[in-house]
Amino acid sequence: MTRVAILRYPGTWSERDFQHALSLVPGVESDILWHEVADLAGYDAAIVPGGFTYGDYVRAGAIAKISPATRELRRFADAGKLVLGSCNGFQILCEAGLLPGALVRNRGLEFRCDWVHMRVERDDTPWTTGLRGAVLRMPIAHGEGCWVADDETLADVESRAQVVFRYTDERGGATAAANPNGSLANIAGICNEGRNVVGLMPHPERCSEALLGGTDGYRVLANLAPALAGTAPAIYR
Amino acid sequence: MIFVATIRVLPKSEVRDPQGEAVRGALRSLGLAVSDVRTGKEIVVTFEAADETAARDAVRVMGTELLANPVIEDYAYELEEGAPV
Repeated sequence: MTRVAILRYPGTWSERDFQHALSLVPGVESDILWHEVADLAGYDAAIVPGGFTYGDYVRAGAIAKISPATRELRRFADAGKLVLGSCNGFQILCEAGLLPGALVRNRGLEFRCDWVHMRVERDDTPWTTGLRGAVLRMPIAHGEGCWVADDETLADVESRAQVVFRYTDERGGATAAANPNGSLANIAGICNEGRNVVGLMPHPERCSEALLGGTDGYRVLANLAPALAGTAPAIYR
Repeated sequence: MIFVATIRVLPKSEVRDPQGEAVRGALRSLGLAVSDVRTGKEIVVTFEAADETAARDAVRVMGTELLANPVIEDYAYELEEGAPV
């Protein structure tokens, strides 16, 4: 069994959706862990779900980054374990310095609640094995999803192939019109240099069964078990 | 000793400030010749420290660890001795 920890901070709201979506993946079991007592020993992967932790006070994800769970998450990631952050979870991972850049107010100022397309740029992360070039359709729901970084960081992220997902039209074209929030270079999700930590603004847990309008999220989450069972590239075992 | 730090956080000059742009548009609609607006926040913290040096060290921790994100924001502060609350 692959064991997944789903972190719950005050204001997290997607933890049960993640647990339900993961229950559809054979060979995976998950627990929801309260942030003050989150001990990740014995887990293979950790998920930081979406929500509005601490009411987004100060900045989205800012207060969550000094929670005990985030310190534990940093140790977990440093040990090479798999981490996925979605929406507010992505914001927390950036605030905590586990991923580069920052997520700021959407360019158009509006909260975007919509379905978007994004192209999988890299399949050498444990979450995207076998998906390179695929155009996935997933829901977004965020007011602060505009990924920004200084020129040097953006150049590093591109040259080190850390862009995992890019907003595109349904044919995979990274146009300005397909960018829902003004993110630099249409970036929807990135990974760290070690490639074991991935963050994205869209919600894979909300599109993991046909009843919910799409199953592309399942294609990402279903990579968990093979990544850990050793059928994925060795660096992720 | 009791100190009061007034900490001002603003987006870095190279980071777009869509809220500031919206406020600029609104102020222009009042007929004012507004060329630029930057929005941020002011946070007033009352705290205890042994002396002014320790107080400034504490404010730096507040600024860099929580109140400002150095990727996108700068902060500045003023420090005064305060009366106990």
